[in-house]
Amino acid sequence: MKKEMQMATTLLRPDQTFYPSPKLASEAPVETLAYMVTFDPTAKTPDRLVTLDVDPKSPNFGNEAGHVELPNLGDELHHFGWNACSSALCPYAPHPHIERRYLLVPGLRSSRIYVFDTKADRTKPKLVHTISAEEIASRAGYSRPHTIHCGPDGIYVSALGAPDGDAPGGIFIIDHDNFSVKGRWELDRGPQQLAYDFWWHLGYDTAITSEWGTPKMVENGVNPEILLAGGYGHKLHIWDLPKRRHKQEIDLGPEQQMVLELRPAHDPTKAYGFVGVVTSLKDLSSSIWVWHLDGSTYKAEKVIEIPAEPAAEDELPPLLKGFKAVPPLVSDINLSLDDRWLYVSAWGTGEFLQYDVSDPFKPKKTGSVHLGGIVRKAAHPKSGPLNGGPQMVEVSRDGKRIYLTNSLYASWDVQFYPEGIKSWVTLINAKPNGGLSLDDGFFTEFQQRTHQVHLEGGDASSDSYCYP
Amino acid sequence: MSNAWWPWAVLVLLGAYHGVNPGMGWLFAVARGLQEKRRQAVLSSLLPIALGHEAAIVVVVVAVSLTEQFVEPYLVRLIAALVLVSFGVFKLAKPRSHPSGFGMRVGFGGLAGWSFLMSTAHGAGLMLAPVLLGLPIAAAYHSLSEISLTAAAAATLHVAAMLLVMGAVAVIVYERVGLRILRRGWFNLDLGWSFVLIGSGAITLFTA
Repeated sequence: MKKEMQMATTLLRPDQTFYPSPKLASEAPVETLAYMVTFDPTAKTPDRLVTLDVDPKSPNFGNEAGHVELPNLGDELHHFGWNACSSALCPYAPHPHIERRYLLVPGLRSSRIYVFDTKADRTKPKLVHTISAEEIASRAGYSRPHTIHCGPDGIYVSALGAPDGDAPGGIFIIDHDNFSVKGRWELDRGPQQLAYDFWWHLGYDTAITSEWGTPKMVENGVNPEILLAGGYGHKLHIWDLPKRRHKQEIDLGPEQQMVLELRPAHDPTKAYGFVGVVTSLKDLSSSIWVWHLDGSTYKAEKVIEIPAEPAAEDELPPLLKGFKAVPPLVSDINLSLDDRWLYVSAWGTGEFLQYDVSDPFKPKKTGSVHLGGIVRKAAHPKSGPLNGGPQMVEVSRDGKRIYLTNSLYASWDVQFYPEGIKSWVTLINAKPNGGLSLDDGFFTEFQQRTHQVHLEGGDASSDSYCYP
Repeated sequence: MSNAWWPWAVLVLLGAYHGVNPGMGWLFAVARGLQEKRRQAVLSSLLPIALGHEAAIVVVVVAVSLTEQFVEPYLVRLIAALVLVSFGVFKLAKPRSHPSGFGMRVGFGGLAGWSFLMSTAHGAGLMLAPVLLGLPIAAAYHSLSEISLTAAAAATLHVAAMLLVMGAVAVIVYERVGLRILRRGWFNLDLGWSFVLIGSGAITLFTA
């Protein structure tokens, strides 16, 4: 595809969506537009990048403002991210006049990465470039791109595996000016083979990566044999970020299966963060762990355990019948910009939880709402019984609004919700001193499956900061 | 032109300009102070940054003085002009080129190395070339040591001005102003700088 990109440069001030610190970013204006990807699990219609009107003063509040269809079928859009963000203000590689303008949207199945320009028409971003699976494979040796983070010196992308569907998965870099794949990030990967999410402590030159499974282990659904043998990822990896070298492996134990979303403290002077584990082979519970710097090495400890809920066999999908319980299946977590509130999606039980993590080692549960769930099927005031459950979480920069969608991954959706997920996006309001409430005015259903949401100008998972 | 004072004034002004530019060092000093939560970390960052900058300048100063000894003056100007213009054009085309492999955790050597590469990538030393051509380095040379003395004086004067301004800005931002200034006051200096490089190349050429 022809490149139609323009040099994205501001002339006088830095891009006004860049903030030096999370504290300043939390004073940012309230977002009026959100971006959300949706996909067709049957691959019969093209996946979409949807824009949502999230301006509370708008008559169209909570509804679709526009959408763009992809030119291909079966991409399975999943996560996505910006070309540039607040990390452009970092002192060691400053480029403050680049614009936050392009969204990089990977297809988790197709391995293509679509680049959308959001500037000309904010409600209908324009597809300006497509990075092919072949370019990623030949330049980086990776496939199935997943998480995107705008780094101080380029765009970092994690990938689940190698082009043949096996290990290793890892990270590759995309040039933030011309979107060419610059190559594999790791110079020395040590024992790391499995990949999923990554993020960093910029103040400590440290990157952290987590583990799910190779494409072959996840693309046809969760494989019970691999799972019961403890074969999915159960480790964290600590890296030297500028030297691109593996430093340390932290094994949470083989019973801790699927170590997914990483949420480091936004304050760059703090060296701790939270990671969710989907399930424990011991009792199907989910857990949240804190990693933290202790002297010169990192340690991890479990700080939250969410138990499975007993259920009658006939209420459960075939995969779970033998267990007579609904696992919470914590999939996504998110941390507010002030590092105070941790949000946890329990996609299996249909619960969304809020914890006060002022003391990261002693989280206090402060709020919970129910939506959907394998057995509970909790309703929203604007809906009947729901299926799917709280999944992708996005938190506004001021920490007051939380956006939730309910689909996980097509081949896993069907194992846990065999009746077929009816997809939705909704808003949850966070009370200033803890507690959650559903927003009666914002609950919107979609034909396609809804996945990650990002907010105009940035949100709690889009930016990283070099200053406290 | 051997007694001209203007090159010395320009050296000081360029030093002040590099001192004010956040990308040249004061911002890194402030970041280190904020990361370690103490002013001493700001202050101790200034010297290595200035040394790295000085090294980048010295490379150009030595190159210019040596070239002047062995090459006809008009050729020196021609070479300097060509280098300046092509570097300016390069900065226009790739404004965000910068050294890679650095992070927030750098020691004295790392900070000096970063500053050297950052100053070189910025063309900080190159910009001094036309100014140096106005200094009595070539005109009055009797021995290599005399040349080196003038050259060292030129580089040091420039870096002293830079250090003074950089230190003042770093401490004021760290102690009083805060980081908010970055969002308002960080002009796109790079664009102008590219044109200054090209322009001074042209002037150097036509005054040859």
